[in-house]
This record gives sequence, structure tokens and C-alpha cells, in this order.
Amino acid sequence: MDELLRDFLTETGESLDLVDAQLVRFEQEPNNGAILGNIFRLVHTIKGTCGFLGLSRLETLTHAAETLMGKFRDGMPVTAEAVTLILSTIDRIKTILDELEAKQQEPAGSDADLIEQLAGMARGDAARPPPLQKSAAQDAGAPHDAAVAAEAEKPAAETNEKLASHSIRVSVDTLDRLMTTVSELVLTRNQLLEIVRKHEESDFKVPLQRLSNVTAELQEGVMKTRMQPIGNAWQKLPRIVRDLCAELGKEIELEMNGAETELDRQVLELVRDPLTHLVRNCADHGIESPTARIAAGKPRSGTIRLTAYHQGGHIIIEIADDGRGLDTARIKAKAVEVGLAGETELAGKSDVDICNFIFAPGFSTAAAVTSISGRGVGMDVVRSNIEQIGGTVDLKTVAGAGTIFTIKIPLTLAIVSALIVAAAGERFAIPQLSVLELVRAGGSGEHRIERIKDTPVLRLRNKLLPLLYLNEVFKLGDSDRESGFVVVIQVGNQVFGAVVDGVLHTEEIVIKPMSSKLRHLAVFSGTTILGDGSVIMIVDPNGVSQALGRAAAQAAQAETPELTQSEQAAADDTVSLLVFRAGSQRPKAVPLSLVTRLEEIDCRHIEISDGRHLVQYRGQLMPLLRIDGETGLKNEGAQPILVFSDHGRSMGLVVDEIVDIVEDKLDIEVTSDRPGVLGYAVVKGNTTEIVDVGHFLPQAFEDWFRRRDAAKAGPARTVLLVDDSPFFREMLAPLIKAAGYQVVAVGSGADAMAALKSGNRVDLVVTDVEMPDMDGFALAQAMRSTPGTAAIPIIALAAMVSDETIERGRAVGFHDFVAKFDRPGLIAAIKEQSADLNRAA
Amino acid sequence: MNDNTNIAEYVTFTAAGQMFALPIERVQDVFKLARMTRVPLAGPEIAGVLNLRGRIVTAIHLGNRLDLQSSGQATPPMAIGIEFGAESFGLLVDAVGEVLKLADGEREANPINLDRKLARVSAGVFRLDGQLLVVLDVDRVLDLDVEAAAA
Repeated sequence: MDELLRDFLTETGESLDLVDAQLVRFEQEPNNGAILGNIFRLVHTIKGTCGFLGLSRLETLTHAAETLMGKFRDGMPVTAEAVTLILSTIDRIKTILDELEAKQQEPAGSDADLIEQLAGMARGDAARPPPLQKSAAQDAGAPHDAAVAAEAEKPAAETNEKLASHSIRVSVDTLDRLMTTVSELVLTRNQLLEIVRKHEESDFKVPLQRLSNVTAELQEGVMKTRMQPIGNAWQKLPRIVRDLCAELGKEIELEMNGAETELDRQVLELVRDPLTHLVRNCADHGIESPTARIAAGKPRSGTIRLTAYHQGGHIIIEIADDGRGLDTARIKAKAVEVGLAGETELAGKSDVDICNFIFAPGFSTAAAVTSISGRGVGMDVVRSNIEQIGGTVDLKTVAGAGTIFTIKIPLTLAIVSALIVAAAGERFAIPQLSVLELVRAGGSGEHRIERIKDTPVLRLRNKLLPLLYLNEVFKLGDSDRESGFVVVIQVGNQVFGAVVDGVLHTEEIVIKPMSSKLRHLAVFSGTTILGDGSVIMIVDPNGVSQALGRAAAQAAQAETPELTQSEQAAADDTVSLLVFRAGSQRPKAVPLSLVTRLEEIDCRHIEISDGRHLVQYRGQLMPLLRIDGETGLKNEGAQPILVFSDHGRSMGLVVDEIVDIVEDKLDIEVTSDRPGVLGYAVVKGNTTEIVDVGHFLPQAFEDWFRRRDAAKAGPARTVLLVDDSPFFREMLAPLIKAAGYQVVAVGSGADAMAALKSGNRVDLVVTDVEMPDMDGFALAQAMRSTPGTAAIPIIALAAMVSDETIERGRAVGFHDFVAKFDRPGLIAAIKEQSADLNRAA
Repeated sequence: MNDNTNIAEYVTFTAAGQMFALPIERVQDVFKLARMTRVPLAGPEIAGVLNLRGRIVTAIHLGNRLDLQSSGQATPPMAIGIEFGAESFGLLVDAVGEVLKLADGEREANPINLDRKLARVSAGVFRLDGQLLVVLDVDRVLDLDVEAAAA
């Protein structure tokens, strides 16, 4: 193609996109001079270039349009008819440009119809009087606006110039090639790393490390060049919505937030259509007609709100409307009608499940197939397009109040971190993004693969996780069915485990598209070349999840909220409590995070030795303890126990029955002197004994922690608790709280210093001695050398208290040493130190 | 068109005892099959995927593709590299022969009783001394979807 012509097309295309977005505003504010100026400039530029390139048809058309727009700039009021006329002129220009691009010459045809109207309106004879209530304002506003426009134009032009000098235009092909090259570089780097890994002492190690870093930077840089604002995919939407409004007789406002949010242009291209479809859908099905809206007590005009933002390695796009919401009854009826589900099946489904039917192939509830959304492109296509790029789409709907579609897509498709697993002798890559955790199952391990009829499941934190065997899904023959690694995968709301023979390593893989001959395989999303040069398939968790039975999928759905409980707890100060009964009827509870596992052991396996109950567990003898003396062990059947582990040692706490896991605030309202009970709290309306696990651990192993005595008393103060073990933080925090102190718990010396420097009042520091990075001694030294924290008393917790550590502790300024499990000792030491503070005060 | 003076070069090879040829301009390279990765759930005509100098090549088992009775090893040892669209394919064959210069005019149409599957991918037959050479139409060989849909 002629170089000049190509430049002309590119530039005009860009300006047209820009103007497109403004056209709608133009309609709302027809006399906004700035917009008018932009459109005028565009038309003017096209006209000028056309004359130069000898494109006579475009030239005549744009000339007529320019004449009319010139009149508007000179103050002629812009009427609704004029807007429509200008819009159709721009449409015509686009059509001509499209053909010009395809055939490299102007299409034959005449624009006499438009030109005549344009000329007529410019002469003033076609301009019928505009609606009365508007005309006054327009007449008055127009000349003023035009004047503003002239002024507004100048700065706009200047900014454009500035931008132009700071950026250059690079063709997308160049960037794509660059990206491919970088991908190859990453591959080669991986191969080199693999080779060097085999040679312990290699001169290449250091330079290779640098190469590796530089490669990573380059990769990031190139990715950045490919980033484009999501707004590029939205540009056409205002126009689409405007046209839909006209067609459907609705009034819709389109709000767009976060248009500047960037994502890879490849991803951008791929979400453009699904987004457009969703917006069309909102306009067509979601938003009601103005009369219906007024009848429902809503504002006359509906709103479609697009929002985009980053979250982790993803971009989230929300498309929300304030329309009528999804009609579950109609979806149900339709689902039955098209045979997606039976009546009885539907009865058991939640509204969320029912709403998800709209994503099923062949589903459309629109009673009449309209030209807008009923064009055979269903929501199933939207969903599959989004899933193809590793994204998900969810919807929330409230009847009468609207629907929100949430699309979550990865920022880039090119390079991802993946887990390399082995199944039936073959290797596969599973994208890390969808992997929640890895669990080792079988053997003497803590997790066992169990079976409900023929369905394999895994007990994970007392929940049943549906399992599938990767080799079976791939029809690769049998493997050991009882042991292996379980890759816990989350797809949308669904969580399941994929059993593999081994987990090899993780690797940054460059995703190569699937061969067109293999694209029909839903279980794979692509291929990649590993560091050792072999090709492996990338597993598509979405595709694999479909291998799960429907029932299993639903079980998993119910489970998801539980799995994220700990996150929620962190967010809103509630604690997951395991409620159980043991001995008395009064419910007892422990923080779930302290419990390593819930087990049921066969009573026949319980042995009695030296008056203590023991059971063989994971190749060790695990002592079983009873909460109070009278709780009997069962004589037969399965005995439920709570297993607590720390530092490789476990103990089992015998319980009668596990009642529930609840989320609640843990406020110990009444403390207890009874050994083994921290106090009482109201949990879900029941007075519940909060069990002090710390009381039982030393009973199980007398040497679990050495004990050292101390004693005394004092009032409410803030204690900063520093311990790298979450177990002890969880254990000690409620304990100290129960003794009447405020507790701030942190997991490292560095966090402790940060907390101290944050300005919050801390009266006393209780710190573990043994911690990675910054240990208790180092923390004490840091505090002593920091003004403001130097005087804060420090109580050290040590598992082993030798004379030497005490000596060293005194030197750095520990006020007291307490053995790690000496509950009364710790409280006493805290009281003593705060009493000292009181005296000093 | 049928001009005896118009000479074309063909790469010849055998699969399941049958001699085939491809126009030389369609053949990218010929390579010995090294490490190949099976693709679970793929059809029998897909032998696997492999890495050829950084490119991912989809290996097509020609014998299975054409429903030929295979006599040799389960996986043929040689591959003919082909570019198709933006992708690379490898046709797995038992042996690669010499490059022959053949006149267009000598190419004959498919015998009408030729196996339907073979007829669909054949662009004609050359009568050589002692054996028949089937010229393959690469585009049709790689058009797996049609048959999948027809099946």
C-alpha cells in the first residue's frame, strides 16, 4: 500500500476513534464548542489530505460537512437533526475509509443525498425550529460557547504537540516481534540456568545471574510497551449505547471509571468483543424503558457503569447496570425449556447457580430476538472468550436493582509462572495463578485419599475436597490411586484437587499458543518449552474442572467460603473457632488456627502405656490427652481427636464430638482459674469454654518447654507480642488479653520495630528469642538504640533457658526471661513489669 | 497447463509401505524425530508435539492420518517439516527418499477407485519405475477438522 495512504488511514482511524467518544457528548451538549471544534478539525484534516491524495469522493463529502460545521462554529445553533446528520456523515466517512483500506481505492458511489442535506442545513432552510424549551438557551448559549471553543482549542493543540514530541509511533507488529524475541530469550535463559544448575562450581554462575536479571527487566519493559489503557476497548461503547438508546427508546447513561487501567494489548483485543456484548446486553435486557423505570420509582434514565482496576496480576472489569436484574423465574423456565436441567434439579439450586445458566450454550431469555443482543452470540460465547484467556466472569444480580458482571482477566498472556507436575510419566504445567496449595496425600502422611462410593475425596482442614486424577482425566492409564500430590486448584468458585504423581518444580513459562489441530482439547490452554528443551502441555484448570461431576462441583462451591475464612478473619477481627464437646455438655472452643488437624482414629489402635494413652500417628507415638479427667475414651469405633503439632511433635486432644466451626469475635469475658481453661466467651450465643491448649502441650511432653517460675501483679497496658510462630501468637495473644492487657501481635523483629515506631503506645514487649532474621537479642539491641523505645521493658520467651542466654539477655537489656510455655510465669512477669512501670510513673 | 517441459521437484518418502511425495517448496526441512511429547486426548493422527530449534512442531502421524496399515514401528522415525499458516507441522514417515524432478505432464489424476481418504489428500499420481508415487496436497493433509466433523 502507498506509504502516504497508509499513514493517512492510520491517522484518520485514530482521530475517528477519538471523535467517536466525543460524539455522544456532542449530542448531549450540541453547543459545546470544544467538541464541535474537534469534529470540525477532523473533518477539515480529512478534507485537506483527501485533496492531496486525490480522493475526490471523500473530499466532496467532507467539504460539505465542513461548510455546515463552520456555520455551527460561527454560532448557528446545533439541532438534534444536525447531530444526526453529522453522525451519519461520520459513519459514511468511516465506510468509505474501510473500503479504501481494503481495496486501496475509493469505492464507487455517490454521497449526493448527504451532501444535499448538509448543504441545505448550512443554508438554513432544512434547519427546522428546534424544540421550544431548548431554543432559548441555545440561542443565548451558542455564540458564547463558540467563543470558548476557540480558546479551548489552542491549549488542546499545544498539549497534543507536547505529547507527540515525547512519544513515537511503533507498529504493533514490531512490538509483537519484540515480545516473541524476549520470550525466546527467557526460554534460553531458562535452559542456561538448567545447565548451570547441574554444575555446582561454574564460572558462568555470576554472569548468568546478571543475564537472568537483565532478561527479567527486559521482559518487564517490553511487556510495558505492549500495555494499553482499557479505555481503548471502551471507545466505541458510548456510540453503541447511544445508537441502542435510539433504537430501543430507552435512556441510558454510560459511566466509565478506570479507563486508564492498562493491560496487554493482546488481552485487550480479546476482551473487546465480550465487553461490547455485555454492554449491549445490559442496555437491551437490563435497563428498563423510561416508563417502566418511573413506574418502579427509579430515575428515568438508566445507568451502565464500567469500572476497571488492577488486583494482583489481574485486571478486574465490572459492568454494572441499575436495571431490572435477572429474572430467576424466567431463567428457570428457560433452562427447563431448552433442556439444561429438570424441574427437580432446579428446585435444589441457589439463585446464584440459576443465574449462571445464562452462560450455558444456547441460552437466551429475551422473549423476542432483537437485533441488539439476540444475534446468536450468547453469553456462552462471552464466557468462553474470557475463559480462553484465563479469565473468569461472574455475575451478581438483585431483582429490580440491577446486575453486575465482574470480569477478571490476567494482565498478560505471554509469560506465566507454572507448576510442573508429573502424571503417568508425562509432565504438565499448571498455571500457578489457579493453584491454591499443594498437599501430599497417602503414605504415612497426614492426608489420606478417601472414597465416597467411587468418588475420590480428600479431607482438608475438615472439609471434603473433590479429587480427580490427572492421568485419568487425560486417559493415560492407571497410577497409584492412594498416594501422590494433590494440587488444590481454584476455578471461579470451584475448588478441587488434581492428583498427580509428583510435583517437580516451578518455572516461568512462555506460553506458546496451542496448535490449531489441538485447540479443541479443552483441558489444555497451550504449550510451552521447558528449560531442558522439551515441550509440555499447559493444563487449563477450567477445562479440567469440567471433568468433575456436577455434584462434586457443587460440593466444592459450598466449600469455598470456608477456605477463605482465615483471610476474612484477618480482615475483620473475627476468629475461626472450632467448637466441640468434651466431658461436660458445655461447648468448648479453640481457635481453629491452632488446630493442626481433625482426625478420627480407630479405638483399637489406642495403646496404653505407663497410664498414658498413645496412638501411632505418622510414624510417631502421639500422646492422647483428655480435657478433664473424666472424659472417657470410646471403647470401639472411631474416636475424634484434635491434633496439635508444633516443631514436629504432635498431641491429640480427645473430644466427644466436633460441633461446628464458627466465625466469631473472641472476647474472653470471664477468665478462669481452672487449669486448661483460658476463660469463657459467648460464641454464637452460647457460653463457651475457651480451652487453653498451652495447658495441655507440656502434659503431653513434659520437656515441651522448660518452666521457670516468677510471680506478681498489675493493671491494663499494651503489650507488643513478637513471635515468628503463628501458633504461639494465636496461643499467647488471648492469654495476655485474658489477663487484662491490650495485645498487638507481630510476626518478626522488623515488624515489631515498625510497630514501635508507628507511634502507637506500647508499654511492654514480649518477644521470642529464636526468630529468623532479627532475633530477640537483635530486637532488644535495636530498641535500646532507638530513642523512644529504649526504656520499654522487654520480656523474653525462650524455649531453652541456659545461664548463658540469661547472661546475654541481661547484656542486651531483657528485663525478664520466661520459658515459652510457662503461662502463669509469663502473666506474672508481665504484671511485674507493668507494676514497675506504675511505680516509675 | 499439462506441459511436459514444466519440471517440478518433489521430496519423496514412504509411510506404511506407500511412497508419497510433496512439492519441494512446501517442505521446510527433514529431521530425525528426537524427543516428542504425547498429547493426551488428541486423536490418533496427532503423534505429539516437539521442539524444533525453539519452535513448537505438531507431529502428524501420516499413517494414522490416512488410515494406512502400519507395518513398521509404532512411531515413525523421520519427520518432514512443513509450515502451514503461522504454524509448524511435522509429517511422521518411515523413511525419506531422494528428491525427484518430475514433469507436470506426467502427473495423472487419481484413479477413481482410490481409497476415499487417500483420494481426498492426493494431488495426483506419478507412475515411476516399479512403484506409484502419490503426490500429497499438504493443505488437505492438515485439514483434520473436516474429517473430524464428517466422522
